[in-house]
Amino acid sequence: MVAREHEEQEQHEQELREVMETAPIGNEILRIESLVKYFPIRAGLLKRMVGQVHAVDNVSLNLVQGETLGLVGESGCGKTTLGRTIIKLLEPTSGRIVFNGGDITSFTRRQMREVRRELQIVFQDPYASLNPRMTVREIVAEPLRVHGLYTRLQGRRRVDELLRTVGLSPEHANRFPHEFSGGQRQRIGFARALALNPQMLVLDEPVSALDVSIRAQVVNLLESLQSDFGLTYLFVAHDLSLVRHISDRVAVMYLGKVVEIGSRHEIYEQPTHPYTQALLSAVPVEEPTQRGKRKRIVLEGDVPSPADPPSGCRFRTRCWKAQPICAEEEPALIDRGHGHPSACHFAEILKPLDVVETAS
Amino acid sequence: MAEPILSIRDLAVEFATDDGVVRAVDGVSYDVHRGETLGIVGESGSGKSVSQLAILGLIPQPPGRIVRGEALFDGKDTLKMSKRELRNIRGGDVAMIFQDPMTSLNPVLKVGKQIGEAIQAHRNVSDKETRDRVISLLELVGVPNPKRRYDQYPHEFSGGMRQRAMIAMAIANEPKLLIADEPTTALDVTIQAQILEVLKKAQEETHAATILITHDLGLIAEMADRVCVMYAGQVVELTDVYTLFAAPRHPYTVGLMDSLPRLTVEEESLRPIPGQPPSLINRPPGCPFHPRCFLSQGRIRCREEEPPLRRIGAAHLTACHYADELEGRVGHLAEPVAAEGH
Repeated sequence: MVAREHEEQEQHEQELREVMETAPIGNEILRIESLVKYFPIRAGLLKRMVGQVHAVDNVSLNLVQGETLGLVGESGCGKTTLGRTIIKLLEPTSGRIVFNGGDITSFTRRQMREVRRELQIVFQDPYASLNPRMTVREIVAEPLRVHGLYTRLQGRRRVDELLRTVGLSPEHANRFPHEFSGGQRQRIGFARALALNPQMLVLDEPVSALDVSIRAQVVNLLESLQSDFGLTYLFVAHDLSLVRHISDRVAVMYLGKVVEIGSRHEIYEQPTHPYTQALLSAVPVEEPTQRGKRKRIVLEGDVPSPADPPSGCRFRTRCWKAQPICAEEEPALIDRGHGHPSACHFAEILKPLDVVETAS
Repeated sequence: MAEPILSIRDLAVEFATDDGVVRAVDGVSYDVHRGETLGIVGESGSGKSVSQLAILGLIPQPPGRIVRGEALFDGKDTLKMSKRELRNIRGGDVAMIFQDPMTSLNPVLKVGKQIGEAIQAHRNVSDKETRDRVISLLELVGVPNPKRRYDQYPHEFSGGMRQRAMIAMAIANEPKLLIADEPTTALDVTIQAQILEVLKKAQEETHAATILITHDLGLIAEMADRVCVMYAGQVVELTDVYTLFAAPRHPYTVGLMDSLPRLTVEEESLRPIPGQPPSLINRPPGCPFHPRCFLSQGRIRCREEEPPLRRIGAAHLTACHYADELEGRVGHLAEPVAAEGH
């Protein structure tokens, strides 16, 4: 029994070490260790807890200054919950969050205020995240006022400068959000997030609500802001093409767990987890001549409920490689000889993006 | 060539709003041939869905108004049909699959019952026969345990399963035309892959012509035979899918492809289309795309003269005055991918 616990502890440390080692060399801004976020399911008259949704289950990650870590997965995989728990909009159930070397896991709301100067979030829906009764100037100035910096930083001029930075004109400052298009609203969201000169942004599906032609404008803006201000991004998204473009490293989530992590080249060109492979193979490629020439892995069934995840490997119920061991033993997120960690007992490289001549 | 199953000519649809008249569809013409899949691609507000709703009599009037045009389905103009005739066509010879199966299925009716109703609305068949047919349809679209699922309600189905049920309902009466409006947009990518397989199977089974409306060029590349690109209520380019991706001849199509990140390559920077889509109330004069166009470069003709949709190849139409200047240009998405290395 003791030996087993010891073994688990060792494996856990190996996981942590290997995941952290996928990061480029540099100044570590954020580190999360074994982060868990469960939501209670309550039922009955007394609202007794009858179960828990395992939204984020034992996730460890780190971010180095100036890099973009893409976090991908399908709906319900926990990527949005993870983003929100990191900046403590949600209280973690357990685990550790370290920001700039300091443990912020048990910080109070008041203490978090200081942290949020450096760590900001931009939400998906630019229609829901801007107060419709405030002018753009008030929206962008709000973080300065909350932190009592409006006068000291010459607020009015600072707001004008921020609007120019995100490609809007200071003349727009007295208008209301409804007078702007989706792309422009998202720019207002960026201006607000940048007001306090943060080090890091959590970007939660920042362009998903935008039209294709506008999306590229906003993505380019994000990239130039990153290089101008040395920003670090956690980029949460489900669009695999976009994540490949914008990320340095990519983490793939399934049902509350990171199943594979590595550089974008490793994830897209040498994926070893069956889920990553299925995900990549399922994306329709914008090239009609490749129709039918790529091997498509069509997964059976739906994602299981996160309230009652499968034993062992959570992907096993849809996996074509599943063996008895997958139900018994949860695969560790470690490198099994392919250069990056992957949580599969049978990890092996498969290149779903390569063209194989199956059609005549 | 055989007669097209659907032939739309010079269709124009307007909506009256407080801010003015929105010209949602403005002079659109295209054909859909038997058995083919026509992809209609465009961004929000391009009018890609409105023309389909119009031909099925699904535009609320007012505020909507069909200004002009005709839509010959199997030789008959649906725009002139009575409500009764339209009801007969909808769900019969023409079936629709919508983006959100949760809002298009009745939540208080059992799934099997709903599909059965769709059959009995158009055919005189016994309850027993209907039930058998529904169960075999559910089986065809890959709903496991169709007998048990028959008696379940939509909320007991997952998103992917609901979309399968919608497809089963759509093909129940062996339609001649299937209109799929963003059929997989609400679904995750692994579920989307499943649904596309089902859709292909349904097409094979019914030999229905399909109109696939989407904003996703990947879906178009995967599914369409011919493609109609829409911008600001107009068709700007129309050709077969291979030509469109290999040699786009409208600057909007070129811009759309340029602005997409690719799954298979690491790209340094994206090339967006500058500016915003135009307001459909105050559309720019001349070519509606000219304020955002890299080809126009402020030429007077683009600002003053509306380019007609003209033929530039055997089956290639474009609405650009200067399309020949795109001659020799290879579509960004069709550019050869450098092998390894980045």
